[in-house]
Amino acid sequence: MIIRYLKQFKTIYASLFVLIIWYILHLIIKSNIIPNPFQTILVFIQLLQDDLLIHLAVSLTRIVFSIIIAVFCGGTIGLYLGMHEKYDLFFGPVIYLLFPLPKIAFLPVFMILFGLGNTSKIVLITTIIFFQILVTTRDSTKGLSREIFYSISSLGANKWQIYKHVVIPAALPKLFTALRISIGTSISVLFFAENYATTYGIGYFIMDSWTRVDYVEMFAGIIAISLLGLFIFKIIDYAERYFCKWALLEKKDSALF
Amino acid sequence: MIDVHNLVVQYGQTKILNNLNMQVKRNESCAIIGPSGCGKTTLLYQLAGLRKPNEGKIIINGTTLTDIRDKTGVILQNYGLLPWKTVWDNAGLGLKLRGFSKNHRDNVVKMILTELNVYQQRRQYPTQLSGGQQQRIAIARAISIEPDILLMDEPFSALDAITRESLQDLMIKLYHQKQLTIVLITHNIEEAVFLGEKIIIMHPSNGTIKKIIDNPHFGDKAFRNTTDFHKLCVEVRSEMAGRPS
Repeated sequence: MIIRYLKQFKTIYASLFVLIIWYILHLIIKSNIIPNPFQTILVFIQLLQDDLLIHLAVSLTRIVFSIIIAVFCGGTIGLYLGMHEKYDLFFGPVIYLLFPLPKIAFLPVFMILFGLGNTSKIVLITTIIFFQILVTTRDSTKGLSREIFYSISSLGANKWQIYKHVVIPAALPKLFTALRISIGTSISVLFFAENYATTYGIGYFIMDSWTRVDYVEMFAGIIAISLLGLFIFKIIDYAERYFCKWALLEKKDSALF
Repeated sequence: MIDVHNLVVQYGQTKILNNLNMQVKRNESCAIIGPSGCGKTTLLYQLAGLRKPNEGKIIINGTTLTDIRDKTGVILQNYGLLPWKTVWDNAGLGLKLRGFSKNHRDNVVKMILTELNVYQQRRQYPTQLSGGQQQRIAIARAISIEPDILLMDEPFSALDAITRESLQDLMIKLYHQKQLTIVLITHNIEEAVFLGEKIIIMHPSNGTIKKIIDNPHFGDKAFRNTTDFHKLCVEVRSEMAGRPS
């Protein structure tokens, strides 16, 4: 019974839990570096009517563009390498070398190459998501059994139809997992990147409030960036539920949440 | 109908099939039996046009086989259903890939799923079905394209005895109804005897045919309960074990 309620209202329950911990910390630490959560929420709502929404929209646009470019490029290359072993033999080691590199270290390079504006930020986030998507889609394609290719070929499928009916749908669940993993990193990196050469974006908003020693506003910014992350996660969840119904059916019995 | 001439298939230095010759007549059901590793699945892939032989050729209806054939239905060992497609979409996939209109597809799929008793499950995914139901969908997909040849690789090996027998009965019914030419790969002696009008016993290791047995009783569902059936099983078993019966 309790489990069913928890499942139904999981986001509300989790938010309440975080708020309570926050409030306890606020009471214990007794410093204005951790403001009262309820006061912060009020300020957050007020700021939304001001310019916080614009900061959020700018950050969201940067992330969405990066996701689209990374999924398209990383997915295409990943699927291709997964299907063509000889190219993978050649590029595999290069990817292996580049994948674990902390891409954020290249921010200065990107800023010089692509300018101080949106492009360098989008390029940076794109590279982070790109490798994650590339590696997972490639590995998922490589893991497909020979029989499944024989089976679809015996039905008369051409190359494009094999991609459409077998390779892409098989890679989708892993692609969504890869997105979830890389979105967290992307938001942190975006926060960092938005500290440079911009006056818009949620990262800028938070650091600007901090320098003004306005901790309530700073926390309102933190709430905003958290909600941004949550929003993107929910969108990915819905997309997964729509595109990968079959994979979720397999998981349903084993997982609670 | 199917004429296999001096077929040689080798991986590296190993010859999986070595100068193999066989014929299957129109509307004949041919069961190929042999232990694991004897090359029977390789032979089926060749008949399906999925792989090219190193030497020799396969002639179907007077034409040398070079690629997948439009009128050949194939059912592979693990059913080959796509887990991301519903029963309905899986069953209609062969027609879709061959470019048939949605209207035609819907009519055929509805008819076949109803005929095979799985229309109720049309919105479900393969993982939600039992092994027997999954196999019915694979059969539905294969016969939806109205094949003249049906190739099957160990189609019922993962099923329990009762389900297996009901599907074997279904195959006999479809064989008569659709005038199919069937090539069935199996390692199950009872299955080979029940579904084989011609039973081809493969040599365990050298990639050739060891013996061909004709089965005059094929086609009767009651055959399974007769002494002739058991006698034939004993004969096949002895041949496979290398002893005279």
